[in-house]
Amino acid sequence: MIPHLPIGETVSDFIDWLLDTVPWLFDAISNVMQVLVDGLTDLLVSPAPIVWIVVFTVVALVLRGPWLALYTLVAFLLVVSLELWVETMQTLALVLVAAVIAAAIGVPVGILAARRRAVSVVVRPVLDFMQTTPVFVYLIPAVFFFGVGVVPGVVATILFAIPPGVRLTELGIRQVDREVVEAAQAFGARPGQILREVQLPLALPSIMAGVNQVIMLALSMVVTAGLLGAAGLGAVVVRAVTQLDIASGVEGGLAVVLLAIFLDRLTGAFGQQTAVSRLLRARGRRASSAGPAEPASRQDENAPAGAPASA
Amino acid sequence: MPPVLQVTGLSKVFGAREQEALRLADEGVGRDEILRRTGATLAVHDVSFTVERGELFVIMGLSGSGKSTLVRLLNRLIEPSAGTVQVDGRDLRALDDAQLRSVRNDKISMVFQHFALLPHRTVRENAAYALKIRGVGAREQRERADWALRTVGLLERADARPDELSGGMRQRVGLARALAADSEVLLMDEPFSALDPLIRRDMQDLLERLQSELHKTIVFITHDLNEAMRLGDRILMLKDGRTVQLGTGPEIISAPADDYVADFTSDVDRTRVLTAGDLLREPRMTARLGDRAGDVLRALGTAEANGVYVLDDRGRIAGVARDDLLARALQEGRTDLGTREVVAEYATIGADRPVVEFVHLVGRHTVPLGVVDDDGRLLGVVPRAAVLDALSAVPARGSVR
Repeated sequence: MIPHLPIGETVSDFIDWLLDTVPWLFDAISNVMQVLVDGLTDLLVSPAPIVWIVVFTVVALVLRGPWLALYTLVAFLLVVSLELWVETMQTLALVLVAAVIAAAIGVPVGILAARRRAVSVVVRPVLDFMQTTPVFVYLIPAVFFFGVGVVPGVVATILFAIPPGVRLTELGIRQVDREVVEAAQAFGARPGQILREVQLPLALPSIMAGVNQVIMLALSMVVTAGLLGAAGLGAVVVRAVTQLDIASGVEGGLAVVLLAIFLDRLTGAFGQQTAVSRLLRARGRRASSAGPAEPASRQDENAPAGAPASA
Repeated sequence: MPPVLQVTGLSKVFGAREQEALRLADEGVGRDEILRRTGATLAVHDVSFTVERGELFVIMGLSGSGKSTLVRLLNRLIEPSAGTVQVDGRDLRALDDAQLRSVRNDKISMVFQHFALLPHRTVRENAAYALKIRGVGAREQRERADWALRTVGLLERADARPDELSGGMRQRVGLARALAADSEVLLMDEPFSALDPLIRRDMQDLLERLQSELHKTIVFITHDLNEAMRLGDRILMLKDGRTVQLGTGPEIISAPADDYVADFTSDVDRTRVLTAGDLLREPRMTARLGDRAGDVLRALGTAEANGVYVLDDRGRIAGVARDDLLARALQEGRTDLGTREVVAEYATIGADRPVVEFVHLVGRHTVPLGVVDDDGRLLGVVPRAAVLDALSAVPARGSVR
């Protein structure tokens, strides 16, 4: 017979040991998260909603153009009319804090994994584990470490959102044209210079796609965080489920979707050219190509080459 | 003074059992057999050559011949398995990372097959890349980059981004980046292979012009023997990582070392490689001013020719004596060959000019094309048959001269 391996018990014992040994660490993490989320929530909630709606609309206009600006205006006005403004801002604060921390962990790990094969080999199964473990399994230790409230929700969200940041960063850097990296080496660039000036800029679209995924996954964890008592749209949905209240369930769900679309379209723009940079580029090009010499160089390029090289 | 670039016994094995593979290679075991026995790939084996200052040295081989590996061994982008590379007498393999970076930055520049420009930087910033790494001041960076861009004819597009340029223009930026670094050695890894044929010709012209002005020491990689013949002062033929032949273009065409090289040379555009000097023949007869017209006419009859070069006392061509005109002169009682009896019905060419420049002159006159030195002295002639023989595509080993 195959004996029962006490994996679950071992992990449980390990968590108990952690709690006994370094309780101050979890207190510190807990406090920092709490302060970050509370601070950001206050910032978002304290002014009149119209202030932030205008800000969001302008940001959408600058980064993405008039259509997203129009969507932003309508979507957030709808949120206000659903009387879910405060909950939506609480959720936004939670998502932003979790996404920033997840990206701050995931992107550097991705860079390391792209540069060191050993790191990549170790990190990959860890990421698989993090992505496929059922979400609720995270929640148990999160509750043990951080109690109930917003912090365990944020921590579980961070763990859940890190993998795409790592994967897409690693992929992006690996996909940078080898010859361009070689050229930087051939001209004597240091490894740090190559990373900063060649690999990261060229991997930026992929890294930003990763950040976008981080944010979207963070948002998808909101309802789960609501189960742990984090305030926000998650709490609205959880309450609706427990009370079988279809109306507020639909409204809470709609608010999540509206916020998700806004964040997705906005962050999807990070890796690409923004409306502003497009405008600047177009103006620059007009200025630089206005010189009379351009047609000459074009002609030079296509000069008939059939004639003998010299007389 | 040591040669700019000296390569001795350079080898590269990719794979774990490096030393074992090298030992087998030294015993003369072939590449496939080495791969089968050790699992290691022999990319380059025991290649030695020197490149002198100002020389354009071509490494020629097909894909898989190891030429791209070889050029990367020259600046240690790939670490050699054996052998040495000396630049200005300094052994590259003895350098630590920082020293190697500094040598790469100001002694050896590289031009890449697919340009390898930074897409997020302007053309000018790309051209200044080596200087930026070197830590040169912004103003000097700009001046040097602009000089390099002007040299390759692209200064007007200095503020454009690489993706706004055509392939030929992008490679000009690649060339400008290498020139701006002001390094002695230029490694060019199939720089024109990705370009359209017409653009390729333009770029070859550009490189020839630059080389005649700047006299860089260039190692040029190509798989195109025509390009190799056209540009190279000397050519190293590489096959399966080993040197097959090393020599000048005409040397390789006239005496291919083996069937592999001979196969290649049969495809070469000989009209651009072979020069008048290569096809030169001793004229069957010449006449001198003051010779007796009757003797000359008789000699023409014997030689079954209709005309002959008449030289003055310093060996320069005075003109051509035609049999019919000689006959008329005799009838009219003029027996000495004077300047009045010769006509200017001939064409001449310098000994260093390629066939393509004189093929239209061959066979036009009663006398064959004359090959002359700078003072107009007749060195020899190029009969039509010699041109046709040289251009016939049959890989005729050693039969060209």
